[in-house]
Amino acid sequence: MLIKTLFAGFGGQGVMSMGLSLAEAAMLEGKNVTYLPAYGAEVRGGTANCTVAVSDDEIASPVASSPEFVIAMNQPSAVKFQHHIQSGGLFFLNSSLVEADIIRGDIEIVRVPANKVAEDLGSPKSANMIMLGAFIKKSGLVELQSVIESLKRILSTKKKLIEINEKALNAGYNLF
Amino acid sequence: MPKVLMDGNSAIGEAAIRAGCQCYFGYPITPQNELIEYMATHLSRRKGCVFVQAESELAAINMVYGASVVGARAMTSSSSPGISLKQEGISYLAACELPAVIVNMSRGGPGLGSIAAAQSDYFQATRGGGHGDYRTIVLAPSSVQELADLTIRAFDLADKYKIPVIILGDGVLGQMMEPVEFKQEAPAVLPVREGSLRGAKGRPSKIIKTFTSNPAELEEINWSLFRRYGLIKKQETTFETFMIDDAKLVVVAFGIAARIAKGAIRNVRAEGLKVGLLRPITLWPFPDEAVKEVVKNVNHFLVFEMNMGQMLEDVQLSLEGKGEVSFYGRPGGVIPTPSEVSRVISRLYYQKGLK
Repeated sequence: MLIKTLFAGFGGQGVMSMGLSLAEAAMLEGKNVTYLPAYGAEVRGGTANCTVAVSDDEIASPVASSPEFVIAMNQPSAVKFQHHIQSGGLFFLNSSLVEADIIRGDIEIVRVPANKVAEDLGSPKSANMIMLGAFIKKSGLVELQSVIESLKRILSTKKKLIEINEKALNAGYNLF
Repeated sequence: MPKVLMDGNSAIGEAAIRAGCQCYFGYPITPQNELIEYMATHLSRRKGCVFVQAESELAAINMVYGASVVGARAMTSSSSPGISLKQEGISYLAACELPAVIVNMSRGGPGLGSIAAAQSDYFQATRGGGHGDYRTIVLAPSSVQELADLTIRAFDLADKYKIPVIILGDGVLGQMMEPVEFKQEAPAVLPVREGSLRGAKGRPSKIIKTFTSNPAELEEINWSLFRRYGLIKKQETTFETFMIDDAKLVVVAFGIAARIAKGAIRNVRAEGLKVGLLRPITLWPFPDEAVKEVVKNVNHFLVFEMNMGQMLEDVQLSLEGKGEVSFYGRPGGVIPTPSEVSRVISRLYYQKGLK
């Protein structure tokens, strides 16, 4: 089955890292996967995004016009992408920053106070990993262990960061 | 070696190093900057290898020319407008029978265009591109793995036939990440091509030049180039077919478009429509014999490209008036979706009464 996930937020929120960690985890599980960073003339404070496609079969296109899952880390992304989600899809909102009214009734909305949980943990920059942990739990797309493995590969030279990120990932996972 | 997750541009860089590329010269342009970046980090560290960020595209291609003259495996890369600037150099490389690998991660055009993925450089790539009677081998990958594999093949072909080889990708292929496996290690001893200029000790001096004042002599040079092109066509034409055995309609597409088409074909096959795919991997030489073989059993063709119909002409030429050809294209950097192409295929299928 083909599942496309779109991660969006402010530049600097770690949106690309979330996508990359998921893509690497899917690869470690032997799945077909593509990761496509959005490459536009973005403005400061605007939205950055990336798309991860995971499938058991060959992936035709890395682009998602209507992804199954969308993760919005900030208000502009929540507004911009809420209409793209496929009917029956999951919409993850960083409720610490998003106040948008979601008018879609045909999708499931998952509110994750990512920034707040990260601050409580003492590592405010790890809000993205809180969200990724929650996403893994709710979507079941890959195993938590695979994402931890992928973090170890991506951050191989930065032992301290692996620890912080793994802690945040677990905290997000255990929210649900 | 286990698979690694890599973007297409970096995968080309790694594959080039493993193919024994010694010299990379480039000038930045989106969407291929990850390749220059990769070479700056990795090639420059290797013993006996050279990385230069040139002052312009013209400088870069002429540095490739110089490196190739002395027998080094050399490479440059750019994107559409930058490739236009390199055409003079490519023509000179072709005239002097010098191997080189040139990567075009093409973007929307004409002009400065957009930085999104497009396939509108097909004509330029397959018709020589610069002035004069010449061809370049053109390889069209459709995945990150194939980008890596075809980069290695490009260096081998360039040396074997003493010809510039173009790798024609696009912005999506260059920037998307996929798992990729590198099957060969970089050579410990870098290859030096026979016949390269490394001093005339023990042999008469030799000049490599593109100017030939005697037209009869130049004619013979042209004849000899085209004899070699004939050989390349016979020996190196490559393509892939997908589900064409019972097909009533065959989609012809290359690169990223072929991949999208494959997804579309899977969709319509699930609904019982008999549709297949012919994907040219070498755009020049174009697999015209493969098209001629398909038309023996199939009457309907759909050419699908991310341009306004360029490879379409090669398909029509190959068919020599046989069969019926339709076209669907999206120019300017718009990436069609598999479901969009599925709709185009099914519409055509019913309109032509194939159901």
